[in-house]
Amino acid sequence: MPAPRARRPAVPVEVLDSLRLRRALTRIAHEIVERNGGSQGLALVGIHTCGVPLARRIASEIGRIEGETPPPVGAIDITLYRDDAGRLGATARMEPTNIPFDIQERKVVLVDDVLYTGRTIRSALDALVDFGRPAAVQLAVLVDRGHRELPIRADYVGKNVPTSRTQKVRVDLTELGGSDAVYLEEVSDGSK
Amino acid sequence: MAPSSRHLLGLEGVSASDITLLLDTAESFVEVSSREVKKLPTLRGKTVINLFVENSTRTRTSFEIAAKRMSADSINISTSASSMSKGETLEDTARNLAAMAPDCIIVRHPASGAARFLAKVIDCSIINAGDGSHEHPTQALLDLLTIRQHKRSIEGLTVTIVGDLLHSRVARSNIFALKTLGATVRLAGPPTLLPREFADFGCELYFDVGRAVEGADVIMMLRIQHERLGQHFFPTVNEYSRYFCLTADVVAKAKPDVIILHPGPINRGIEIASEVADGPYSVIMSQVANGVALRMAVLYQLIIPGADGIRGSTVGESTIAPPAPSLPAAAAPAVAAAGQMRVA
Repeated sequence: MPAPRARRPAVPVEVLDSLRLRRALTRIAHEIVERNGGSQGLALVGIHTCGVPLARRIASEIGRIEGETPPPVGAIDITLYRDDAGRLGATARMEPTNIPFDIQERKVVLVDDVLYTGRTIRSALDALVDFGRPAAVQLAVLVDRGHRELPIRADYVGKNVPTSRTQKVRVDLTELGGSDAVYLEEVSDGSK
Repeated sequence: MAPSSRHLLGLEGVSASDITLLLDTAESFVEVSSREVKKLPTLRGKTVINLFVENSTRTRTSFEIAAKRMSADSINISTSASSMSKGETLEDTARNLAAMAPDCIIVRHPASGAARFLAKVIDCSIINAGDGSHEHPTQALLDLLTIRQHKRSIEGLTVTIVGDLLHSRVARSNIFALKTLGATVRLAGPPTLLPREFADFGCELYFDVGRAVEGADVIMMLRIQHERLGQHFFPTVNEYSRYFCLTADVVAKAKPDVIILHPGPINRGIEIASEVADGPYSVIMSQVANGVALRMAVLYQLIIPGADGIRGSTVGESTIAPPAPSLPAAAAPAVAAAGQMRVA
C-alpha cells in the first residue's frame, strides 16, 4: 500500500466535454481558413496517436466550411526523432508514418492533442522536413497546458488549461475507443 | 561477461516474442527507405564498426546503409586493409577496436563461434553477420520479414530449404527461427550435404528436390559455397545442378502462390535457373530491400537500452556448440582456438 498523501485525491476533472470539444475544433477550423485565406494549398499532419483523428476532424470541418474537398491529412510518428529516445528506451510500438501527398510548397498544419514542453513538436518539425520543404508550418493543439521548455507556440489553441507539472491531461476520443472528453488528473508518482 | 541481450549472436534459443519484436520494429523502418530524406536521427553520436574478416557485398553494404540511415557513424574494416594481415589475432584486434569505445561491432568471420568469442572478451554490443558454418541471424530475420510480408503469418507454413545444408549458416539460423515460429521445415540436398542429424532439428529430410517442394508455401535456395566445399561432396557441379537446380518444372510442384528466396549471391544455372531467379515467384530483390530495414531495427533495438525493447527483455543465450554434436568437422566450431587463430 502506498503511504497516505496530503495532496488532493486523484479525481479527474473534466475540462472539455464532447460538445465543447467539438466547438473548439470547429473554431480552430474557422481560424485556419481565415488565417490562410481559404483551404488552397493546405494540408494537415496529425501526430500519433491523438493528433491523427483530430487532424481528420479539423480537415473535414474545413471542407464543410469551404464547401470543397477537405485538405489532405497525413500522420507522423515521432518516436525515432525524440531527443530523449535513449532515456525512454527502444520500442517496437511505432505507428506508421504516412504522408500521402507532396508537402513541398504546401502550408502544413501540424495537429496534436496537448502542447506541453514543446519537445514533441520539435521532433515533429524534424520529421516533417525529412519529407520536403513546406511553404509554412503552423501548429494546432486541442489543449495548451503551459510549461514550455523550448521556444515553441501554437497558432491555434482549443483551450488553455493552467496546470501544474504533477498533473496530467488526458484526451479521450471516440476514434480511439473512448468518448470525447478532456480530463485533468493528478499523477500519483508525480513524473509527468 | 556482458549480458547476452546486448548481442545478436544467433537465433538458436531466441524466443518467438523477441523475433516478432524485431520483425515488427523492422516493419516500421521499411517506409523510411521510400522517403526523400532517407535518414532518422535516432542513433546520432553512436559508432558502429563493421569488422569483416570474410568477403561480403550485400551484408556489409546493408549494415553500413542501415547504420547511416539511423545517423550512426559506421566504419568498415576488412582483413586485407587491417593489421590482421600482419598477424594480429582476432582478440587483439577486437580489444583495440573496443578501446576506441564503439557502441556496436558487427562481425563476420570464417570461424564458427567467432561472434560469441568476441562477445565474451570485449565490452560492446556484438552482432553476428555470419560466423563460419554456424549462424547468420540477420539474414534469417530478413527472410522471415519477407515471408511475413507475403504470407502474413509464419505459423503453419511449409518451408523447403534446398542445397548445401551442411555448410549453410543461413539455413541454420532460418531453421531455428522458423521452428520457433511454428513453420514446418523440409530440407533437401544430396546426402553428403544433408546429414541425418538435421532431423534432430525437427525437420523433414528429402534427397529428391521435386518431392521436397510438393505443396510448399516457400522455397528457400542456398548457394553452393565453392569456397567451403572443396571437391568431395558431389562429383561435379554439373551433376549437382542436374538433380538439385530449381527449374520452372520443379517450382510447378509447389503451391501456386509459392515464393522463392535466395540469400545471394546466386550461381545462375547451378542451384537456381535464371528464369526462376528473375521470375514472378522470386522475392530475392525484396529480401535485399528488407535487409536494410531489418538491420536498422536490430541496431536500434541493441544500441538503445530498451523499455519494452529487446534489451528490456531477455534474449536467449544462443549456444555456439554445433547444432548436433555428431555433425562432421565442417560444422564444428573452432571456438577454443578462435582467439589465438591467425587469419591467413
